[in-house]
Amino acid sequence: MGISNIIFLLLFIGAFVLFALRIKTIVRNIRLGTDKNLNDNFAERLKVMSLVAIGQSKMVVRPVAGIMHIFIYIGFVIMNIELLEIVIDGVAGTHRVFAFLGGFYDFVIGSFEFLGLGVLVACIVFLVRRNILKLKRFWSAEMTSWPRSDANLILTIEILLMTAFFTMNATDQVLQSRGVEHYIQAGAYPFSQYYSALFTGLNSETLIMIERSVWWFHICGILFFLNYVPYSKHFHILLAFPNVFYSNLNAKGKFTNMESVTNEVKLMFDPSATPPTADAAPVKFGAKDVTDLTWVQLMNAYSCTECGRCTSNCPANITGKKLSPRKIMMDTRDRLEEYGKNLDKNTPDTKSLLHDYITPEELWACTSCNACVEACPVNIDPLSIIVDLRRNLVMEESNAPAALAGMFTNVENNGAPWQFAQADRLNWANEA
Amino acid sequence: MEMKVPTMAECIANGEVPEILFWVGCAGSFDDRAKKITKAIVKILNKAEVKFAVLGTEESCTGDPAKRAGNEFLFQMQAFTNIQVLNGYEVKKIVTGCPHCFNTLKNEYPDLGGNYEVIHHTQLIQQLIDSGKLKVEGGSFKGKKITFHDPCYLGRANNEYEAPRSVIEKLDSELTEMKRSRANGLCCGAGGAQMFKEAEHGDKEVNVERAEEALALNPNVIATGCPFCMTMMTDGVKHFNKEAEVKVYDVAELIANAQDL
Repeated sequence: MGISNIIFLLLFIGAFVLFALRIKTIVRNIRLGTDKNLNDNFAERLKVMSLVAIGQSKMVVRPVAGIMHIFIYIGFVIMNIELLEIVIDGVAGTHRVFAFLGGFYDFVIGSFEFLGLGVLVACIVFLVRRNILKLKRFWSAEMTSWPRSDANLILTIEILLMTAFFTMNATDQVLQSRGVEHYIQAGAYPFSQYYSALFTGLNSETLIMIERSVWWFHICGILFFLNYVPYSKHFHILLAFPNVFYSNLNAKGKFTNMESVTNEVKLMFDPSATPPTADAAPVKFGAKDVTDLTWVQLMNAYSCTECGRCTSNCPANITGKKLSPRKIMMDTRDRLEEYGKNLDKNTPDTKSLLHDYITPEELWACTSCNACVEACPVNIDPLSIIVDLRRNLVMEESNAPAALAGMFTNVENNGAPWQFAQADRLNWANEA
Repeated sequence: MEMKVPTMAECIANGEVPEILFWVGCAGSFDDRAKKITKAIVKILNKAEVKFAVLGTEESCTGDPAKRAGNEFLFQMQAFTNIQVLNGYEVKKIVTGCPHCFNTLKNEYPDLGGNYEVIHHTQLIQQLIDSGKLKVEGGSFKGKKITFHDPCYLGRANNEYEAPRSVIEKLDSELTEMKRSRANGLCCGAGGAQMFKEAEHGDKEVNVERAEEALALNPNVIATGCPFCMTMMTDGVKHFNKEAEVKVYDVAELIANAQDL
């Protein structure tokens, strides 16, 4: 084992340790949420996950972005098989260790070039859509400089990785054709065979240097990417699957039933019911901060890739109101990150998701129409967070808009949201 | 034709068991425009000889606007009160004139002890037509261009997109779709208790945005299945001064008017 193999091994292990530590933090943060048992309907959940996450069924509702995304998705998943060879080569100092598979190897390597080209094209199209066509949903208020840079950085890294991949194949071919030692004849190169014409004029030493450099750039790029992803919106590539698996299977119109309230209401209706014991923790109604949300809602926040389909379908946002369902998710994640960091550093935390991040004005603009939930390609439910925050505003802060407070009074006193007497409820039947 | 509107209390007193309870809802009981929808539904029920009853003065708000606005206490107080009444009458099946009542009764009452088969009035009308109890032939809407605005709480919330459309198709009219329809439909702006408050600050009203989209199709009629959508779409059409040319009707009214009920 040479020095380069040892360096490779250390880099590789180091990258995975760092990645694992970050995942541990994210899992801890998600677990700061309240319990919600979703170990039901395994078969149904599996079906939804297969369709929506694996099958990308909601992505293709918007065909251009959907198909381009499938290029990147399939390219990413399948091309990672080659990573196995790269790792073995890196550790053992071999070159194209699976070449003994012969014709099958040629087929696989050739297919990777098709996939790689798909990724390259899709990433370029996405960069154009974001930065040249400037699609509205990538430039709305919550898309400040970091979210925009995050997206561009990911696309640029992927383009660089694909360029390195094709350069590696192109130089390898020239070296193979010259019969240079170590560079065994292997693989088929449907696209880089044309690209390799650029390199035929160079001597073999230079070529080996270029080939090795891009090989190292490629693998280091992947290891960097691995550790960039969990700090970025791009973490959806992992969380999309569990996120869809644990998504809401009920009718979208069914809002959660608050059991804490049921207990109180039952006491009012039935004086003989057993009141809670004095040592029971006082119940908090609705959500003020991230720790009042369920773990699924927190996982939703880490799964969001800020595509903005929710916001571009939101009737409130379309008509210029402050509400943006994407911002609800981004704020939830940012606040959870902040909460987690303060927890790690043991610093006092005086902020909360409600008010410090999300304002009542945003919450009161929601029509609860479920367009955001329907639009999300990974079944995120921003509406459930909006409603939980509203519950806190109303039941803890008594902070509803005056008109709604009036509506509550009417429902309470006369059983209708308007000021009509319940005794007049059937008057319509006698009107001509 | 004179309407027959029996109440549950009367039915029980007469020893009758209605097959279905018609849940009228607050808008259907008190809002002048929505009362016309209520009457259209009653006329259809009468015509098809459906044995139904209403709760009348025993009905109370389902609690939907309270729940969407975050007042879970008030919602559950309403729910428990209503469930006591409904279970007292041993109600099995309910038809509602409003998608909000429909959603709440169907999805949110079971957890609190209220288990009923709940359908929306467009679903009942479809069933009555399919089973031959109600005959619909063209009538006054024959050849007219109609576009259907999906109420969120019927469509996305409960995945019912076809019942209202299949009923409209029975009128021999031309059903045209807005670009944003079915699962992709745009809200009228009234849901989530917005009906009862001023809209937050923005640069346009949601109902104006939606009416604009509907009017772009040059329809004769904008159809819907919700009393709140009715208010919002009617106001939206008025905003563009199109109320003379374009009428907003509930699906039940289309059927009742087409048949001169």
